[in-house]
Amino acid sequence: MTATTTAVPGTGTAAVRVRGARRAFDGRVVLAGADLDIAPGEFVALLGASGSGKSTLLRAVAGLDRGATGRFRVPDRRAIVFQEHRLMPWSRVWRNVTLGVRGPDLRGRALHALTEVGLAARADAWPRTLSGGESQRVALARALVRTPDLLLLDEPFGALDALTRIKAQALVAQLWTEHRPAVLLVTHDVEEALLLADRALVLRDGRIAEEFVVDVPRPRALDNPRLLALRRALLRALGVNADLPTDKSVPEEKP
Amino acid sequence: MSSSVLDRAGIAAGPVHTDPPDDVPAAPARWRRVARRLTPARKATGLLTVLVLWQVGAGAGWLGTTTPAPTDVLSAARELIASGELAHHLGVSLTRVAKGLAIGLSVGLLLGLAAGLLRLAEDLVDGPLQSLRMLPHLALVPIFIIWFGIGETSKIALIAIGPIFPLYLNVLHGIRGVDERLVESARSCGVGRLGLILRVILPGALPQILVGLRQALGLGWLSLVVAEQTATTAGVGFLMNDAREFLRTDVIFVVLVIYALLGLATDLFVRLIERRALAWRRGFAGE
Repeated sequence: MTATTTAVPGTGTAAVRVRGARRAFDGRVVLAGADLDIAPGEFVALLGASGSGKSTLLRAVAGLDRGATGRFRVPDRRAIVFQEHRLMPWSRVWRNVTLGVRGPDLRGRALHALTEVGLAARADAWPRTLSGGESQRVALARALVRTPDLLLLDEPFGALDALTRIKAQALVAQLWTEHRPAVLLVTHDVEEALLLADRALVLRDGRIAEEFVVDVPRPRALDNPRLLALRRALLRALGVNADLPTDKSVPEEKP
Repeated sequence: MSSSVLDRAGIAAGPVHTDPPDDVPAAPARWRRVARRLTPARKATGLLTVLVLWQVGAGAGWLGTTTPAPTDVLSAARELIASGELAHHLGVSLTRVAKGLAIGLSVGLLLGLAAGLLRLAEDLVDGPLQSLRMLPHLALVPIFIIWFGIGETSKIALIAIGPIFPLYLNVLHGIRGVDERLVESARSCGVGRLGLILRVILPGALPQILVGLRQALGLGWLSLVVAEQTATTAGVGFLMNDAREFLRTDVIFVVLVIYALLGLATDLFVRLIERRALAWRRGFAGE
C-alpha cells in the first residue's frame, strides 16, 4: 500500500485532500490521478456515469481499498453509509448502531442517535424486521453516533423507493445542518446532488472533470430556476442532453 | 331531541359496527389457534400408530417369535431400572461419550476456527483433514485396539475422532460464508480483529456451526455403539451383547430405545441452542 493516510485536525484547512488517486482493476484504469478537496463542513456530491469510478474513489477515501494509490489526507473520525444497509442481522438495532464504538453508556448514545433518525422505538428490534428505509436510517444513526468529521455516503438512497428516498434525503439534509460534518455523497441522481450539495463534481476518465458550485440557498426547491439551469449543465457534463425531454421525466435515460 | 338520541345511538353503535369486519379475519385466526394447539397431537399420531401396530403385530405373531411386544420391552426396562443395572451401564456409556466428545468437539472447533480465520492454518490443516475424512473412522477400531489397548482409551479415541470432521468442515465453511460486505462494514466502523471475530464472523458462522455440532453429536453416538461392541464389560453396548448371548430380545430392544432417546435428547439440546442463539433468523417453516 503506497497510499498515505494522515489525520487532519478538525480546524485544518481541508477535511479531505486527495492528490493523484489511482486505481486499476486487472489493467483497466478506473482512477487516473484524481484530485479531491473537501472543506470542513462542506457537502460535496460526486457524480459520474456508471462505472466511472465514483464508488472506487469513495472507497479509496474511506481507506477500504488497499489497491488504491495516491496521497490521501482524511480525518480519522469518518463514517460510511453504503447502498445496502449492511446491518449485522444477528445484532439488535441499537447494538448495530454502536458497533465498534467504545465507552460508557453505549445504549444511551445509540438511543440518542436513533432518536435523531426517528427510530428510537425500534432500538431492540432485529434488523430483518425493518423496512428498507428504516434500515438505511439505522445505518445513518450508526454513522452519526461516531460524530464523524467526514461522512461518506455511497449511493445511500439508491435501493429505496422514490417516496422513501425523498424523506431520506430530507433527513440527511437536516442531520448535516445540525452536525455539519464534511460529506462526500456518491450518487447517480442529479437532482439529489443539487438538492443536498454545496458542490457537485463530475468524474470522467478517472479524473474530476467538472465542478459545479450549487450557489442556491437552502432549503432548495427543484423548480428554482438556478437549480434548473445547473441541472441542465450537470446533465450535459454527464453526457445527457436535457433539452430533448419536455419535463424532468427521467431524462437520464435518454441517450 | 330525537336526532340527538339517534346520534347517540349511532355513536353507541359505532364500535359494534366496526366489529364484524374485525370478526371476519378473527375466525380463521381462531382456527389457527386451535390447529396450533393440535400440533403436538398431530406430531404424536404417527408414533402412536407405529406403537399400536407393533403391539398388535407382536401379540398376533406376525412379527415372528423373536420380536418382543412394546409392553415386554417396557417391563424389561422396568426390571433393569429396578436392579440398578441400567443406571450403571448408562453411566459408563455417558462418561465415555462425554470424554470422547469433549476431545473431538474441541479439536474440530479449534481446527475449524484456525483454518477459517488464518489462511496459513487452512493450507496446513485442510489437506490432511480432507483426506482423513474420506476414511470411515469406524474402520480404525482394529488399529486403535492395537495402539491403545482394549481398555477405555481406544473407545474414547474412537468416539473422539468421528466428530472432528463434520465440525471442522462446518465451522470452516460457516466462516467462509460470512458476507464480506458485513466484514467490511464492521471494519469501517472501527471494529478490531477480536471484535470482528466475536461480533461478525462467529455469529455469522453460527448457523453452520450448529449444523456441524448436530452431525458431530450423531457421530458420537454411532461411535459409542461400535466401541462397545467389543472387549467391554460395562456400558449399554455390553448390556446389549450380553442380552444377545441369552436371546433376551426384550433387553436388546430396551438398549435400542435408549440409543434412540439419547440421539433425540442431543438433537433437542442443539435445537434449544438454535432457538436461543438464532432468534434473529427467520427461515421457511413449511406450510
